[in-house]
Amino acid sequence: MEGTISRITGPVVVAAGMMGARMYDVVKVGSLGLMGEVIRLEGDMATVQVYEDTSGLAPGEPVLSTGAPLTVELGPGLLSSIYDGVQRPLPVIAETGDFITRGTSVSALDRDRLWSFSPVAAEGAEIHGGDVIGTVPEGQTVVHQIMVPPGVTGVVKTVVLPGDYRIDDCLATLEDGTELTMVQRWPVRIGRPYARKLDPGEPFLTGMRILDTFFPIARGGNAIIPGGFGTGKTVTQQSLAKWADVDIIVYVGCGERGNEMTEVLEEFPSLEDPRTGAPLMDRTVLVANTSNMPVAAREASIYVGVTLAEYYRDMGYNVAMMADSTSRWGEALREVSGRLEEMPGEEGYPAYLATRLASFYERSGRVEALGNGTGDTRVGSVTMVGAVSPPGGDMSEPMTQNSLRVSGAFWALDTSLAHRRHFPAISWLSSYTLYLAQVAPWYEEHVSKEWSSLREQAMKLLQKETELQEIVQLVGPDALPESEKLVLEATRMLREDFLQQFAFDEVDSHCAPAKQFWMLKAILSYYDAAAESLLRGAELQLLLDSPVREEITAMKTRQCSTEDADEIRELALRVPEEVKKAEVA
Amino acid sequence: MANELLNDGAQLLTTEYRTIDSVAGPLLFVSGVEGASYNEMVAVTLADGTKRTGQILEISQGAAVVQVFEGTSGIDVDRTSVRFLGEVARIGVSEEMLGRVLDGAGRPIDGRPPVREEVRLDINGSPINPFSREKPADFIETGISAIDLLNTLVRGQKLPVFSGSGLPANELTAQIVRQSRVTTGEQFAVVFGAMGITHREASYFMSQFESTGALERVVFFLNLADDPTVERLLTPRCALTVAEYLAYEKDMQVLVVLSDMTNYCEALREVSTAREEVPGRRGYPGYMYTDLSSLYERAGRIKGRVGSVTQIPILTMPDDDITHPIPDLTGYITEGQIVLSRHLHRRGVFPPIDVLPCLSRLMNLGIGEGKTREDHRAVANQLYAAYAQGRDLRRLVAIVGEEALSDIDRRYLRFADEFENRIVGQGDEGRTIEESLTIAWEMLAGLPPGELKRVRDFMSYLPEPEAGIEPEGADGDHGGPAPVVERGGGIVLEGDIDAIAVG
Repeated sequence: MEGTISRITGPVVVAAGMMGARMYDVVKVGSLGLMGEVIRLEGDMATVQVYEDTSGLAPGEPVLSTGAPLTVELGPGLLSSIYDGVQRPLPVIAETGDFITRGTSVSALDRDRLWSFSPVAAEGAEIHGGDVIGTVPEGQTVVHQIMVPPGVTGVVKTVVLPGDYRIDDCLATLEDGTELTMVQRWPVRIGRPYARKLDPGEPFLTGMRILDTFFPIARGGNAIIPGGFGTGKTVTQQSLAKWADVDIIVYVGCGERGNEMTEVLEEFPSLEDPRTGAPLMDRTVLVANTSNMPVAAREASIYVGVTLAEYYRDMGYNVAMMADSTSRWGEALREVSGRLEEMPGEEGYPAYLATRLASFYERSGRVEALGNGTGDTRVGSVTMVGAVSPPGGDMSEPMTQNSLRVSGAFWALDTSLAHRRHFPAISWLSSYTLYLAQVAPWYEEHVSKEWSSLREQAMKLLQKETELQEIVQLVGPDALPESEKLVLEATRMLREDFLQQFAFDEVDSHCAPAKQFWMLKAILSYYDAAAESLLRGAELQLLLDSPVREEITAMKTRQCSTEDADEIRELALRVPEEVKKAEVA
Repeated sequence: MANELLNDGAQLLTTEYRTIDSVAGPLLFVSGVEGASYNEMVAVTLADGTKRTGQILEISQGAAVVQVFEGTSGIDVDRTSVRFLGEVARIGVSEEMLGRVLDGAGRPIDGRPPVREEVRLDINGSPINPFSREKPADFIETGISAIDLLNTLVRGQKLPVFSGSGLPANELTAQIVRQSRVTTGEQFAVVFGAMGITHREASYFMSQFESTGALERVVFFLNLADDPTVERLLTPRCALTVAEYLAYEKDMQVLVVLSDMTNYCEALREVSTAREEVPGRRGYPGYMYTDLSSLYERAGRIKGRVGSVTQIPILTMPDDDITHPIPDLTGYITEGQIVLSRHLHRRGVFPPIDVLPCLSRLMNLGIGEGKTREDHRAVANQLYAAYAQGRDLRRLVAIVGEEALSDIDRRYLRFADEFENRIVGQGDEGRTIEESLTIAWEMLAGLPPGELKRVRDFMSYLPEPEAGIEPEGADGDHGGPAPVVERGGGIVLEGDIDAIAVG
């Protein structure tokens, strides 16, 4: 149907004559055909949020409904793509000029590229939504499962032979005449269906010591990283994207800096996947909507990202989705809400902010996928990590507080740590995780039985340090007894030799779980042994001068020859006797 | 009256409306409008023939909300007429604008003839495709050690200065405009957008630029404090449009200085309030982040083009509060910040830059061998660490007194004082990066060589100790560093300043 524009205010356009349009249908606005979405209906008037700049639009120009909600195209070729907030490939747009022009309509996937398809489905078989009809290798490492779109059921009449096909070529027909291709479309605001949701069990390993050891999350879980500017949200997000132990990465740059996005765009293709040696980009999808790109598309970009993540989850992959930053998404909501003249909630955010956040974060999870696969049932997961940029670093603001209510872990970035150049500046005092009970069994089985108790001891020491620091600030360090001075030394080692991690160091940027465990063990063994020595009357300074401390400091940049970090293990086990040696020196 | 933002050719085609329903703040509500479009420019003619400029903020069938840039005083509802001009705000640009002084909307106010325009451009620009962007790189020398040496400005970067009322931000601004240059010989230009500054400040800038001859390479947009508030919303957009033209069409390295962004944000709030929009934090509109980023994000470099746009926005933190929405939102968009300190200013240090909260996220892209000097990173790290330690010790001295300190600690204390006086407090002189580095090494020579862990690889730059100055001699005079030193210094580890290159 075609209506006409009757009112324009910023990104919000009201169109008349839109009877029959549905909520969240995509419309083409004006003679330029700007892309927009229906967000309110009143009689035959439709309110549309437009994903592009509306300058120059005039009342009376046509508004055309596509009759379908905002969807993404899903199929081979998604990986290593770089999209804007509404899944338009930026490299293709760049062919038309260095600046983003309006009304560009480009296909999300390359329609001419040939993919090598190997069929799985057999003629005469009954298939349902989610069943795999064949596979396509995508990049060097990922096997793209071509699935029957959810909701489609029937008996296979014909299947093509193995060979090279374009994404739109018919691969199989059903008895009722339905043609299946490599592409399917899915509305971004609706979660893709799955058979059932599973409890998280495996940890989501990040290679960052403070996260894996102190505040781990599970695959299929979610975490938020709030922090003021300059605390290292983006570095943390990028480190996670590089090192997280998952099959697929979806990185959404939502309303952030253009130069930062460029850095990601330049760096990721040149990075090597630490596990396969293939380019990291081969298993990454980037969605880039910088802060000066249209605000409504920023709102959509988060949903586009999570839908892509869910699609790969349905193939049985573990997917991590990074959203940097969800605050910009919240602000986009607020801006559009303001233009709609809705009654504002806290700090001008719409009252439905909490609902939107909850339904977004609940799209993470570990699930059993629909349909039959090539072998066993497919289990995949979407893990979400959302950065939050609280204004003024004030964590009491609505975005942080509402995100906290629905997320399972809180990785709090601390401005004072950042000022002291302690990176990652994640506070060990205010952060928390709710996944400990779920992941502890994995650690105890795969790393060490001692994992939980060791972690607890370290946390207690760090807590103790905070209390002691208060005393030191009042009366000076000399007033403390030797045993407490030792606590301060041990926690300094924890902070500097364990928690601090150099994102840009070749070895230290990523730390395997076993190495993390033995590093912690070494430090705590040192503390335990030294505390015992003190009881025996040893002199603290002698213990502090032990050469083993230099070895401990050097642990983090030490390359280990095995996954089990044998060198560090050897050191950790040797620490007690080294301390004893120092006692008599 | 020549009007940069209006295309006079469009006049013949448009109808005049005398249908203003109401006037509120800077806004006109016009009815019976046909054929006008969103963001279109508007010419307003008052009863006495005075002409003003406006822009459509909201349009519906038959009615438009027009924002008048020069304010609405004297406008009446029956005799004032309104004409819609059929195009968005544009500014005519050319290379001839260098050396000119223009008002906030781009009209010459230096008494010289109008600028010949080569092309008329939409002042709102278009977002650069992130895929077409080139990573910022290469060094811009501001001649100020605290910036060049410790928080280096890189081409394509946006690095704001956070000032406070009464702090010498203008003097620093003038100094940056005067001294900035690129060291590789490309053509360099400054576009200076002044928003809401006073006559006193304006004449200070003018005399500074004229007396030093800097004006030749400057395009000066001047919106005075008593100029229409709404015009302030145009000034940075005009400035950036000219900058983009000079950078991407004329291959120049362009530095855009915008001062004072606080006035800009106040104007934004004023217009938002007049439109009765739902306010966000402290009454600023909810879209202030988007609006500011549409300015700041216009800094950058583009693949395959020679020029670059670099920005130094200057803003006043109300009540020195860095969490106020203006510095806060700015900090979230820009790539670092330069912070001025009231404490240093009181002590007479100029420029009063407190380097500890300062940060240039892109510094590493612009320094090192071939760009500045191989030892730059190491020297910066060493200065940071030593100064931070000296500052920590000051706090200790306040409690325990200087007598309780070890000799090394006292040297750190002296270092911190000297750092503030010599490196930061350079006064009015400009310094090349070589000169800044030389001074840095002279100061580092005052510390025991054993303490200079971060510059270990570049000790050949260390000057020979002058006779008589070094009575304590080399390290080890107290049997190694005192534990306090070790503990305080341990927080900043080698290389970790690199870790915050991107935030």
